[in-house]
Amino acid sequence: MSRLLIRGARLLGAEAADLLVDDGVIREVGSIRAGGDVEVLDADGLVALPGLVDLHVHLREPGREDAETIATGSAAAAAGGYTAVFAMANTSPVTDTAEAAERVLDLGRACGLTQVVPVGAVTKGLEGAELAELGLMARSRAAVRVFSDDGHCVHDARVMRRALEYVKTFGGVVSQHAQDPRLAGPDACCHEGEVSGRLGLTGWPGIAEESIVARDVMLARHTGSRVHVAHVSTAGTVEVIRWAKAQGIDVTAEVTPHHLALTTDLLAGYDPVYKVNPPLRPTEDVEALRAALADGTIDAVATDHAPHARQDKEHAFPDAAFGMLGLETALSVVSEVLVRPGLLDWAGVARVMSSAPARIGGLTAQGRPLSEASPAHLTLVDPDREVTVDAAESRSRSRNNPWHGRTFRGAVEATVYGGRVTYDRGATSRTHRPLTTASTPGADL
Amino acid sequence: MTKHLISSADLSRAEVEDILETAASMHDLQRREVKKVPTLRGRTIINFFFEDSTRTRSSFEIAGKWMSADTINLSAKGSSTSKGESLRDTAMTVDAMAVDALVIRHNASGACHQVAQWVRCSVINAGDGTHEHPTQALLDAYTLRTRLGDLDGKHVVIVGDLTHSRVFRSNVITLKTLGARVTVVAPPTLMPSGIGAWSAADGFATSWDLDAVLDGDDTVDAVMMLRVQRERMSGGYFPTAREYTVGYGLTRDRLDRLVARNDDVLVLHPGPMNRGLEISPEAADAPQSVVLDQVSAGVAVRMAVLYHLLAGDDTPAPAVAATTPSSTHASPPATTATTEGAAR
Repeated sequence: MSRLLIRGARLLGAEAADLLVDDGVIREVGSIRAGGDVEVLDADGLVALPGLVDLHVHLREPGREDAETIATGSAAAAAGGYTAVFAMANTSPVTDTAEAAERVLDLGRACGLTQVVPVGAVTKGLEGAELAELGLMARSRAAVRVFSDDGHCVHDARVMRRALEYVKTFGGVVSQHAQDPRLAGPDACCHEGEVSGRLGLTGWPGIAEESIVARDVMLARHTGSRVHVAHVSTAGTVEVIRWAKAQGIDVTAEVTPHHLALTTDLLAGYDPVYKVNPPLRPTEDVEALRAALADGTIDAVATDHAPHARQDKEHAFPDAAFGMLGLETALSVVSEVLVRPGLLDWAGVARVMSSAPARIGGLTAQGRPLSEASPAHLTLVDPDREVTVDAAESRSRSRNNPWHGRTFRGAVEATVYGGRVTYDRGATSRTHRPLTTASTPGADL
Repeated sequence: MTKHLISSADLSRAEVEDILETAASMHDLQRREVKKVPTLRGRTIINFFFEDSTRTRSSFEIAGKWMSADTINLSAKGSSTSKGESLRDTAMTVDAMAVDALVIRHNASGACHQVAQWVRCSVINAGDGTHEHPTQALLDAYTLRTRLGDLDGKHVVIVGDLTHSRVFRSNVITLKTLGARVTVVAPPTLMPSGIGAWSAADGFATSWDLDAVLDGDDTVDAVMMLRVQRERMSGGYFPTAREYTVGYGLTRDRLDRLVARNDDVLVLHPGPMNRGLEISPEAADAPQSVVLDQVSAGVAVRMAVLYHLLAGDDTPAPAVAATTPSSTHASPPATTATTEGAAR
């Protein structure tokens, strides 16, 4: 594998340094005078972060390759700065067997743009009744550690209890889509509040999430197991998690970029692009989520990237599919709503978008410090570049992009996965030239 | 006047009054032997009903026909499911036939709003899910004004399943537009979410106690009873029909108390009525009841809406000019019928 020299990147936004990557590993950090056969990535003024890790994406393959494939989803991930993504199990067929998990793993590897990590279903067919073969998925080549029925809540307390007990044996975690189906059924599509009342849309009350999270943290305490709360959307859930962590309960949580930035009033135009589950919430919730991410109550940002074919979104609002794109815009959203207002610094971004999600998902080679001997997964960010999102330019196969037309400051410039450049915005202007000044005396790599 | 009528909020007070005045002329026409006017000759109106309806669809159909438009009824129950044709495809297919107006009834809130963004023709909301039903609010306002005159300061009480009522949502807007004071009454389970902030922002009152409102200091000028669907019981919104009636029905006793305080009080119901549940037979058939007036006003008001949306400045000259030399936006077509000497 060829060598890569990343020049002048500000590590976690701090001091600038050069990074020399060889054979997929960071070999040297400092002031490097490179020579010989080396590809150079000029990162002057850019912030270097460990490669981003997304605990929650939907890549739709197998089953809905018209909406996304592992290849297009991987390309979107790379463009968003991600070097690992956890692919949710609600495909067709469902990832509820070792074979299905290995298939996703292999498709991801063949693509090679990002580490595609299959999430296993908690229950067979996501039906919430019988446990899927959690142990066989864990023992498979895919080494599944994160289990989720995402899209559905594991609402039966006994099933949830058994799942939590069972995954302890192999250090697994259950990622819960918290939605009490009796309080928020399949028709629930708008945050229950003044907006849903006025629009006549079926309400999705915060309590439907909070009550499940409250139950689950108690189940985690009871079983001594580990629970992860997917897409936290309310201030009430934040309170429950904060309390649970203070008790020493092993709970982690993620929040999506859209719940950090978009609010329920966007639904006033009945545009299904804003239909997502859990729904967009009021400003008070958004502010509580930002604060919780900053203070560590919420551990990670996860996109819940949910591509949909056009025809599945062009229905009346209540009939349209839930979900929105997120992989390519996540870093820019976090930069805009957390870094620029001073709630997080770049080291904080590395925590919530890389090291914490890697730890939660059990990925030992991801989210590592930018230091010698770490695997070369990293993301280069221009903290000052303004981007205006254009849905048409997405690498995703779908266009259900709620960020279209919005402008953010801070954007991914390049992504390095396993020592290979998987995305480089400036690829056409910034030449990856072999260093012809290789004859520089003393250059010895 | 806007191109579409999606929400009651689309209409200013002047526009509502304009429509209601036109409706009065139309209402006169309705009482004639020959009811047809040529105003919308050559125009095509599609009544696209994704949900069952009897009175709304027939009144739109009659309204269009009496104005000489070609009206076509399409029923597409069930085609709104995500497995069928997308709403966008359905809307654009109909629009591609170069129709002038789409009258839409849909079981999904917001459907008309969405369709209006995809098509070139006018879109008229004939009821979208649990969102709005603006022509119902207009015909209710017409009925109220016929009996009460100017609605400024009049106190209208709306009672029933507010959560699932598009009639309530449109009425509360139009009544406020016309200056009425509105109180809405329902058990907490049938109050829309966020009603506290909503009512504060839009200036109407809410109560869980019907008797307190009816017997309160603020004399009631009209009470509008909303239909309560019996299936709401299985949804746990209230325990039994009997309990609902005791708490929120317009019983004979409540009617007597209302009339004792104000002989001119009006009783409205958008229909179809559940006699014995939300409204007693005595109340439904009382002299104070204007339920049939509402139905009668339905055609006239819908004619007025079609007129204002379709016979605007861009009305092709021949259809109107040939028969109504003085027809302009300001002179409703019923005038024409009069000049033609249509028999009464």
